[in-house]
Amino acid sequence: MTNSNERLPEGTGALPKAPTGIPGLDEITGGGLPRGRPTLVCGGAGCGKTLLAAEFLLRGARDLGEPGVILSFEEGADELADNLRSMGFDLRGLEAEGKVVVDSVRLARAEVESVGEWDLEGLFIRLGHAVDRIGAKRVMLDTPEALFAALPDEVTLRAELARLFQWLRDRGLTTVITAERGTQSLTRHGLEEYVADCVVLLDHRIVDQVSTRRLRVVKYRGSAHGTNEYPFLITPRGLSVMPITSLRLDHEAPAERVSMGVPDLDGMLGGRGVFRGSSVLVSGSPGTGKSSIAASFVAAACARGERALMFSYEESRAQLVRNMASVGIDLARWIEAGLLEIVAARPTVFGLEQHLVSIHDRVLEFSPDVVVIDPINNLTLGEHDTSLKPTLMRLFDFLKQRRVTGLYTSLASDHRSATNEQDVQVSSLMDTWLLLGNRELNGERTRTLQIIKSRGMKHSNQVREFVLDDHGLTLVDVYMAGNDVLTGAARVAQQSREGAVPERRT
Amino acid sequence: MTTGRERGDEPTYRLRLYVNAGTPTSAHAIVATRRFLELHLQGRHELEILNIADHVAQATADQVIASPTLIRLGPLPIRRFIGTMADEERLRRTLLLEAVE
Repeated sequence: MTNSNERLPEGTGALPKAPTGIPGLDEITGGGLPRGRPTLVCGGAGCGKTLLAAEFLLRGARDLGEPGVILSFEEGADELADNLRSMGFDLRGLEAEGKVVVDSVRLARAEVESVGEWDLEGLFIRLGHAVDRIGAKRVMLDTPEALFAALPDEVTLRAELARLFQWLRDRGLTTVITAERGTQSLTRHGLEEYVADCVVLLDHRIVDQVSTRRLRVVKYRGSAHGTNEYPFLITPRGLSVMPITSLRLDHEAPAERVSMGVPDLDGMLGGRGVFRGSSVLVSGSPGTGKSSIAASFVAAACARGERALMFSYEESRAQLVRNMASVGIDLARWIEAGLLEIVAARPTVFGLEQHLVSIHDRVLEFSPDVVVIDPINNLTLGEHDTSLKPTLMRLFDFLKQRRVTGLYTSLASDHRSATNEQDVQVSSLMDTWLLLGNRELNGERTRTLQIIKSRGMKHSNQVREFVLDDHGLTLVDVYMAGNDVLTGAARVAQQSREGAVPERRT
Repeated sequence: MTTGRERGDEPTYRLRLYVNAGTPTSAHAIVATRRFLELHLQGRHELEILNIADHVAQATADQVIASPTLIRLGPLPIRRFIGTMADEERLRRTLLLEAVE
């Protein structure tokens, strides 16, 4: 079970819940869906409602010892099995094991003629038979709305639906019902009238050509629940919901320190490096060496036997490995050892929230001790996107709860200005801020590094010269001549002029 | 009937009636169906009456959800009639006259 970032008050014990097993969803609902009651999942076409309902049912059957019955009014059993296989669920296998029964109800309107009073007892009998056969505890109805098209008398149908939901409650079956979003009412045929206990709304929209999926618990009778919209993804392992909107700042503050992988830099950071679980921003204009610092940080972690996860949004994995090798940092070795995973993708693949969920998902799967995101500032396409900060806030909260130390690089767009506006905004979320720069002097460019801030520790205030060569990264001691700091060729010249040991200041 | 068939070539109707045995609607449906068939399809029908609860697999295969349900298996197309079979006029029009074979 993941550490819950959003600790919602547990029920008073009066309302038992059926865990969904879907990452993030149990956190939002405070433990799962109402046990023995019906939950309505509604949304537009393609929003993922069938998948959510099916995942609830199948996880119950496969992982939680609660067999389930799927009553499918739209897809045939084969179609459903194929769709679920792509999420890693073996429907046919579970059927064979007697944990799941799939009953597919297909009725074409043109076939049915009403010639007197009728009821839906045939459906009740089929459902009852399936439930009894495997001792089912969960039921999925996808979607009873199909009956409105198939059957000729709506009055009778509604009466029977009311009876069906009562029947399900009487038998203590936790049921998930899917329905299509309506225009004048929540669902097209007003199913929310019969399902008053819990309603989940799924939304799928395209913003700036990027697809965004969101989930919201509209109603949960008898239980506190997160009321916000939460982004989610449909991954090859099922749904993944990002539950974080916590602004509670209630995570621990470890005292342990973690090396940056560059001894001189650790020296500038109170002699010991950054705090474990902290967030480090490394910003600067192009070519200043940000990725190298990130790689060095990662290599140091792996050398300690820790696990590192790198998200690279500019370079491919192979390119990153090659480039770092040229400055003496061997990432390939840690990849092979299974301690390092590099996830490379174009940032435009997803929307910002999907990135968040994707990162969250990977972290849950890989369990890293350190995370690098290189860079963070091109995750949004818009320059004036205001959602970067809240999104990062969620991410950092999540990582801090897990005591994961994070390093994030940020690219300043103009090579002259060392910081950009976004950096300043985001910096309040960071515990340590390293600023890399370029200094032009006498026709030569040298790299510089300074620590803008590092909370909770004494740190150096100097601007140090920073050298990248095939031996790795080093910070050159500050070389003083009079009141000036000399770097690059000027330094070398002055050193040779002065001969012996130069004055040292650290 | 205006099907243009030659005399002596009239098809046999194969029908299956699903009921929820023991209920009043069931009883009505059985009585009404038998009466209808005797009246309109004397000697030209085969009727099978099944209690849904005793034949769940068969009912599932036949996609029965309403009770009672009368299914015309032949002649084609397959049609379903749900209800007590009280609406004889409609039954006559659809069960008998809409046969294509």
